[in-house]
Amino acid sequence: MPEVQLRKRVVIVEEVFHEGGPIATKPLRRGAALAVIHNPFAGKYASEIAGFMEDLKPLGLEMAKSLVTALGDDPTVVEGYGKGAIVGQTGELEHGALWHVPGGYAMREILGGAKAIVPSTKKVGGPGTRLDVPITHIKASYVRSHFDSMEVGIADAPRADEILLALVMTTGPRIHARVGGLKASEIKGEDGLR
Amino acid sequence: MKAKIRKIVTFVEETHTEMGQAVNPPTRRAAAAAVIENPFAGRFVQDLTELMEIGEELGALLTERAVTALGIPGPSAESYGKAAAVGENGELEHAAALLHPKLGTPVRKVLGKGAALIPSSKKRGGPGVSLDIPLGHKDAAFVRSHFDGMEIRLHDAPRANEILVAIAVTDSGRPLPRVGGLTKDQIRGEDGLR
Repeated sequence: MPEVQLRKRVVIVEEVFHEGGPIATKPLRRGAALAVIHNPFAGKYASEIAGFMEDLKPLGLEMAKSLVTALGDDPTVVEGYGKGAIVGQTGELEHGALWHVPGGYAMREILGGAKAIVPSTKKVGGPGTRLDVPITHIKASYVRSHFDSMEVGIADAPRADEILLALVMTTGPRIHARVGGLKASEIKGEDGLR
Repeated sequence: MKAKIRKIVTFVEETHTEMGQAVNPPTRRAAAAAVIENPFAGRFVQDLTELMEIGEELGALLTERAVTALGIPGPSAESYGKAAAVGENGELEHAAALLHPKLGTPVRKVLGKGAALIPSSKKRGGPGVSLDIPLGHKDAAFVRSHFDGMEIRLHDAPRANEILVAIAVTDSGRPLPRVGGLTKDQIRGEDGLR
């Protein structure tokens, strides 16, 4: 399989203090690590692509580490996560699916005890395309306060023969979460769901 | 703080290759943006002093954030820029009050020097509006390799009664500069121009 060719990396950190309600004692942080890589399968149909997932693992780990660093260098503060990909226009959606395993593996490796499936989304698009990356609690998918999302994108990516890869982490619930459902304090932590 | 801040977002971009050419070391730029309440939204107010003072606070806060995100001491910064987007119930002059009278001094304090004019842009817009922050060398505005810009946007800001204010700082110029002009090793640094 081809080598991973990195063009650029972007790290974004949002710190939310309020959204019209009381100012939170602990602001919510949402962070995203983005990488723009060359799509080795751009421009032609390749039937064998799965090997590239293994090649992406070191980059995934590096992105997850840089994201934890940007959120304060303490993996235990991370409560929510998500991932996504935008494939440039000479690629196919299936190329974005290559990110599922290495992106998810990387965050679980760094966070430890993260049992919930990593929610994800993907699309084909041009430079400047925005992606709403879904977010859920890392230990139990049904925790309602942690259902969230983060919009990400880069003005000059992905070019036609590139893929934009995204990992997202949050440090808590929505800033004024108050619509009930399973609470983080009620997590049983057996199946990654509740 | 005088500023009523809803959120703060930092962005860091690293460019590793461009048109297949390695960029070594990678060029890096950071932007820090704050979403604040516009104290004058929806009415005409002659005296904009309050926004000027908020600009002074944000000049220090956002420059610190940007430099921290780059992981460099302030004096190692090479170029800078500033910009603001006013929500629909505000005036362009509100952006001017934030950016021009008092914001620059604390920026220069964090960066050690900064003899050059801080390039700026401003606009009015809704949530998700893009902000192109102009960039120029901090000690000599004519350094051609450092004429640049950085696009940022926040999907949920500015709301109608808010202002988005951003400061961008780099530790480098464009990725592969080759259009001549004054270079950074030729800076005399006396007049902020050359």
